[in-house]
Amino acid sequence: MTFDLRLIPDGGIGWADASGPEGHIVLSSRIRLARNLQGMPFTIRADPDEHEVVLAHVTAVARETPELADAALVRIDMLERTERQLLHERHLISRELAGLDPSGAVRRGAALMVSGDLAVMINEEDHLRLQSLRSGFALPEAYAALERLDTQLGQRLAFAFHPEFGYLTSCPTNAGTGLRASVLIHLPGLVLTKEIAKVLQGLAQVGLTFRGLYGEGSEVVGNFFQLSNQTTLGKSEEDLLDQLVKIVRQVVEYEEEARRVLRRDAPALIEDKIWRAYGLLRHARLLSFEEGMNLLSGVRLGVGLNLIKDVGVYTLNKLMLFTQPAHLSHQYNRALTDPDLPALRAAFVRRLLEDDARRRGASDAGGESEAT
Amino acid sequence: MRCDHCGERPAAIHLTQIVNNAVTQVHLCEPCAAEKGIHTNASIAKFPLSDFLASLGKAAPKTDAGTEAGEPCSFCGATLANFRETGRLGCPHCYTTFDHHLRDLLRRLHGSSQHVGEVYLPPGKQVAGSAQTLLELRDQLRRAVEAENFELAAELRDRIRVLE
Repeated sequence: MTFDLRLIPDGGIGWADASGPEGHIVLSSRIRLARNLQGMPFTIRADPDEHEVVLAHVTAVARETPELADAALVRIDMLERTERQLLHERHLISRELAGLDPSGAVRRGAALMVSGDLAVMINEEDHLRLQSLRSGFALPEAYAALERLDTQLGQRLAFAFHPEFGYLTSCPTNAGTGLRASVLIHLPGLVLTKEIAKVLQGLAQVGLTFRGLYGEGSEVVGNFFQLSNQTTLGKSEEDLLDQLVKIVRQVVEYEEEARRVLRRDAPALIEDKIWRAYGLLRHARLLSFEEGMNLLSGVRLGVGLNLIKDVGVYTLNKLMLFTQPAHLSHQYNRALTDPDLPALRAAFVRRLLEDDARRRGASDAGGESEAT
Repeated sequence: MRCDHCGERPAAIHLTQIVNNAVTQVHLCEPCAAEKGIHTNASIAKFPLSDFLASLGKAAPKTDAGTEAGEPCSFCGATLANFRETGRLGCPHCYTTFDHHLRDLLRRLHGSSQHVGEVYLPPGKQVAGSAQTLLELRDQLRRAVEAENFELAAELRDRIRVLE
């Protein structure tokens, strides 16, 4: 099956449009709710026929809700590997649903419904994973939309619920509210001032945790961290969210403070780092994804400090998304292992940065920065 | 900063106590805090699922001999051994079958086993309830046929016909 991304409104990347609050530090906010159907085995214990039953039932019912009446339905189990990886890179589906784990193949009946900021993964580890993705730091808004969808679906599907344990999930780490809220946050200031370890340690003490760019089990790339609640049971949805909002606000303040300290105590060093990163991206001929992400982190810091005026945050988000392996390979119709990808990536980055610089009417890279 | 109690190890836990409107700060290292019975989320998080799973069955109380001996869940057939292996339960009913073990695990993982969030009420029987029942019955029927339990299958088929 050839997959047409145009089927998904906005390509499912509205969350990366840099329009949300605190967009220069918080890239996006996400909340997901894990739900299972009563009277059915959980996904990993169900057989392929049962996966089909879950898929048919959930999609039929979802079509009756105002939120998902016109949602695009993507059968993940009918996609090529590159297409599945592309949806994962877009943060629309988990690694597990995409069947990208070395041990796991894609599961029959694995599907995604997506409409605007809302999406539902079907036949993930749990029968349903409802999720809401927003640009910037917008957790309450994300939850409001998700709660409406949860109510609509819960009135039509019988979810597995226990008076003591709450919503029942395949893995006990998700039981209770089934709620995992997270923000994707860029913390180069805390990394450069070496304060990051303290901040991350502090998270554990308040019931939060951090992960890498793609969530559970992924590496931290380009100074992007996913901060989220660790526990899901014993606190109400509102308390879990309030706690995360409060701590993220503090982390944003720490990051801003770290940036002030860097500019005050080591202005030449920090400006050099930023302009070198920009210079390399403007002129490099070969780029790996990781190198690109690290350099983009420097440029993003430069934009945040108002040193670089030739680049917009939206362009940085687009570069981050479209230089990922499956995105690049899809765009140029190449295999994921194609040796030309690093050259294509470098050319793509140069083109977007040049366009942005021209549009913003500024001079070429390395223009005079404001002295600090 | 050194621990207020032992004066040796660095303080990791900072407590603010309010007694008779007077605010005092106490700084403790983790061993001293544990000695005083102070548990933080950090210490809860130090019991990862895998450690707990590895210890499952070994130190577990012997009260419910059935599940101890590997009695499977009556709905999906999953056993504690399956759970230990995969870290995943088989179905919602497993939470009732293994509730004794799970309550302990949930407390370690989350600091509590009592849900205090939104209370969910399943849809009214008259509307989607019957659709859900139908779904469950069809699944039971399929399983009955597979297990060659034709008596049960016939009964289930009749119940499905009525609902349809």
